[in-house]
Amino acid sequence: MSASVAPEPGQSLITDADLADEILIRVDNLVKYFPVRGGGLVSRTVAHVKAVDGVSLEVRRGHTLGLVGETGCGKSTLARCIAGLIPATSGKVTFEGQDITNLPRRKMQPFRREIQMIFQDPYGSLNPRRRVGSIIGDPFAIHKIAKGDDRKRRVQHLMELVGLNPEHYNRFPAEFSGGQRQRIGVARALAFRPKLVICDEPVSALDVSIQAQILNLLADLQSELGLTYIFIAHDLSVVRHVINSVAVMYLGKVVEQAPVDQLWAHPRHPYTDALLSAVPIPDVERANRRDRIILVGDVPSPINPPAGCRFHPRCPKAQQACVDEVPDLSSRVGNDPGHLAACHFPVQDGEDISKFTSALGSDQRVVETGLMSGS
Amino acid sequence: MARFLIRRILQGLLVLWLMTVTVFLIFFVGPGPGAVARTLAGREATPQVVAEVSRRLLLNRPIYVQYLHFLDLLVLHGNLGHDYYHDQSVNSIIAAALPITLSLVVGASVVWLFLGTMAGVVSAVKTRSFSDRALTGLALLFYSMPSFVLGLLLILGLYYEFTIHHVSIFPAPGTWVPFTQNPLQWAHVLILPWLTLALVYAATYTRLTRGSMLDVFGEDYIRTARSKGMSERRVIFRHNLRASLTPIVTQFGLDVGGLIGGAVLTETVFALPGIGYTAINAIYQQDLPVVIGVVIVASAGVIVANMLVDMCYVLLDPRVRLH
Amino acid sequence: MADNPGVASAVDLFPGTGTESAEAGSTAKKIQGRSPLRLAVERLRRDRASMAALVVILLIVAVAIFAPVFAAITGHGVYQQFRGPQPPVGLTPTGQPVGPSGAFLLGTDDQGRDLLVRIAYGTRISLLVGVVATAITVAIGTVVGLTAGYFGKIADTILARLMDWLLAIPFLLLAISLASVVLVHPIGPLKPGLPIVIFVIGVLGWATIGRVVRGQVLSIREKEYIEAARALGAGPWRIMFIDILPNLLAQLIVYTTLLIPLAIVGEAGLSFLGVGVPPPTADWGEMISTAATLYLYGPWWFLVFPSVALLITTLAFNIFGDGVRDAFDPRADLFV
Repeated sequence: MSASVAPEPGQSLITDADLADEILIRVDNLVKYFPVRGGGLVSRTVAHVKAVDGVSLEVRRGHTLGLVGETGCGKSTLARCIAGLIPATSGKVTFEGQDITNLPRRKMQPFRREIQMIFQDPYGSLNPRRRVGSIIGDPFAIHKIAKGDDRKRRVQHLMELVGLNPEHYNRFPAEFSGGQRQRIGVARALAFRPKLVICDEPVSALDVSIQAQILNLLADLQSELGLTYIFIAHDLSVVRHVINSVAVMYLGKVVEQAPVDQLWAHPRHPYTDALLSAVPIPDVERANRRDRIILVGDVPSPINPPAGCRFHPRCPKAQQACVDEVPDLSSRVGNDPGHLAACHFPVQDGEDISKFTSALGSDQRVVETGLMSGS
Repeated sequence: MARFLIRRILQGLLVLWLMTVTVFLIFFVGPGPGAVARTLAGREATPQVVAEVSRRLLLNRPIYVQYLHFLDLLVLHGNLGHDYYHDQSVNSIIAAALPITLSLVVGASVVWLFLGTMAGVVSAVKTRSFSDRALTGLALLFYSMPSFVLGLLLILGLYYEFTIHHVSIFPAPGTWVPFTQNPLQWAHVLILPWLTLALVYAATYTRLTRGSMLDVFGEDYIRTARSKGMSERRVIFRHNLRASLTPIVTQFGLDVGGLIGGAVLTETVFALPGIGYTAINAIYQQDLPVVIGVVIVASAGVIVANMLVDMCYVLLDPRVRLH
Repeated sequence: MADNPGVASAVDLFPGTGTESAEAGSTAKKIQGRSPLRLAVERLRRDRASMAALVVILLIVAVAIFAPVFAAITGHGVYQQFRGPQPPVGLTPTGQPVGPSGAFLLGTDDQGRDLLVRIAYGTRISLLVGVVATAITVAIGTVVGLTAGYFGKIADTILARLMDWLLAIPFLLLAISLASVVLVHPIGPLKPGLPIVIFVIGVLGWATIGRVVRGQVLSIREKEYIEAARALGAGPWRIMFIDILPNLLAQLIVYTTLLIPLAIVGEAGLSFLGVGVPPPTADWGEMISTAATLYLYGPWWFLVFPSVALLITTLAFNIFGDGVRDAFDPRADLFV
């Protein structure tokens, strides 16, 4: 599907030996609060939306970290803080050993060539009034790398790389399908041969048949160009084979982090357990036999998150300790050091959390079981 | 919502204040230090009058003192200045002229609002029909016609041609009868001026209404109303028109507010001594204090109208309140 | 710009093979995209009323450019007064203008000057002010709107208040007052005449466009492709002019075509009131104003012809402007 890549002068092909356990990007206790304005005559800040509330991550070179969670859990905000599009309230982002948190635009410029982003909406992420060649060529123009024919050549090379017809150089985005537009977005992100690409739900807006194409493209590009991905998704099943390890987010915090197969087989956090049980199983008989765990209620507001463990109002295993003490993200009993969970009472192998009742004395059952129906 | 209103009022006051600064800058600073007194005193002023002006307006003191004095007179005493040319207070001049302008504007506005919206509704409902094309064409014609041209042509056609054939329907331009004196004659004098203003604005409103109605026409809830079996007339008037009203009302408020100062051309053509006409004459006579007074009053009118429109917007469109 | 997300085109299934290049014809030209501007122009071309109006506009421009030709052909200069007694005589024995006749096709004015030639020269003033003042208005309004909308916060607050204030001031009165002050005493480079008229109309009128542009920019600013541009490292000025401005073009073009007739009428109005271009320059508004003092005594041509000229000009621009607006508004297709 993609053309093979000739190395640019001076750049060697990345070999497996180079993919040492080197950490490409590290996030330390990142916090992002958005002020809520209200008040009387003069608008004051009355509260904060705690979109990201203390997240720490590392991503190794060449790997793919998945960021998974429901809408509003803060994953997109986190991604944008890492990419430098939104200023972080506190915390640190370190790239290749250098601190890139909240750098002024000029200082951030060189890093923009290393960290790029692919956006979710194939219709919104491309300027409808510009030609595709101009859009993909933007990076070259902004950083004054190439001009004229040289630039055109490079752009067309990129188009081939992502599976587009280079003769469509002069077309407008409206003349492409959703999948093709995403390819354009990918081409634009790859212009610099970045080291890190943050993919913000790149396939969520696409038809299922096209999703596979794009995912394959991304996987191919990763191996050919030695890319590192941070991959945001809300649907675990779709991205399972693209991701190396997963971080599950809930209300601004990471609640579980593990290599993807481990997470799938041994979810430790009750939230992860519920999330996984919602994944559709293609086998109808097995699906009907399984009890789906349905969480009652909505995600609470990030302006006033619950005390202690944020999941405790909806958790079937909640006890008083969950309200009193915030569980830290660490390796729990029975896990290897790479598998972290933020839970006082992690799910053990074979446990069915739907059989539990929360000890926090709410009248209604916090979870229900049932067939595959929407809640 | 009260918060919104208070904020809006404060904004309005801010703009009013800015307006006084502008006026001050143009008239008291613009001409240059030596010439202010002379320009304000009028063309025919004798040196004594110029000196008197200098004294009264504290023109020998620093600028901010002058401005504060100006502001003080204006806000605390409602005094718009003194007309040295006619030796009258500007307040009295404006007080005499304002009712004329208001008669003109209010009367015309009633006519154009009704005429314009009705024509717009007919046009929208019968899209592409002969009536629609005719109305749209007429609207385009009158919209393109400057008011003074229309006024003059009307006088030429309706007054002049009739009069030289000894048919006297319309009175001569330049006569004015206050409402309190004789309502019938008052209206009689105003018919042609009303027609002039109204036709031009009605054209705008026809186009506006038509566009707004057509926008709403395609909305789903109109279709629902019809499918419920509602009579077409009810659909048009109760639902379609009501939803289309917002931009129309907004525009209306702005237009009326703006016309207080802007009816200059019509007043001039018909020699109606309203505010605009007074200002123009003052300019010819280089009687700037009157011009200043008029600018202040007219600007205040526009600003207040803007504020009222914004506040009405909140009442009309509940969505705005949530902002 | 219809989007068909579900439609997989042939190209999608076989990327890189360029199935379209297999078709006959020059592939390079076929792959040229049709920009929204191109589409609008095509739509405009199909609108007969607008095309007719465009022809009229071009004729008017031609008259303006070739005004001296009128003078040459008739043999009458634009400032030339024909008081007699040798023919052609432009004034009646009582000093009144002469009506349309063989010598003076459209009659004469109160000074015995050839009305046809004066109207032709008047076209120059109207078009000049119309176009130049509008250009100034649009330029200032766009830059201010872009700045206010994109940078937000303090810049926006200041500029937005500035626009509110400018819009609050009754335009005509402010124009008149500025012009009147200048009549008495020039302020800097502003002297009575063409400069002040262009200044007044151009500089005082940008607030409407500024507001519209600002509103658009505020909504465009939130779009993902702007975020993408920032992620690439683009600076604010590049984003404003290369990413945001093309999305404003349609609106700007529409507004420009609508503003030109307003500027023309504004100029005529100012001249009518005596604060515009001073005599003896030929100007329609001034002609109408002078004619107004006389016409009740007979010389209707002095009033009617300049009025008709003004009306035709404004009408042509308005019809064309309407056509432009409809051409850019895809919804208009529903009712065609």
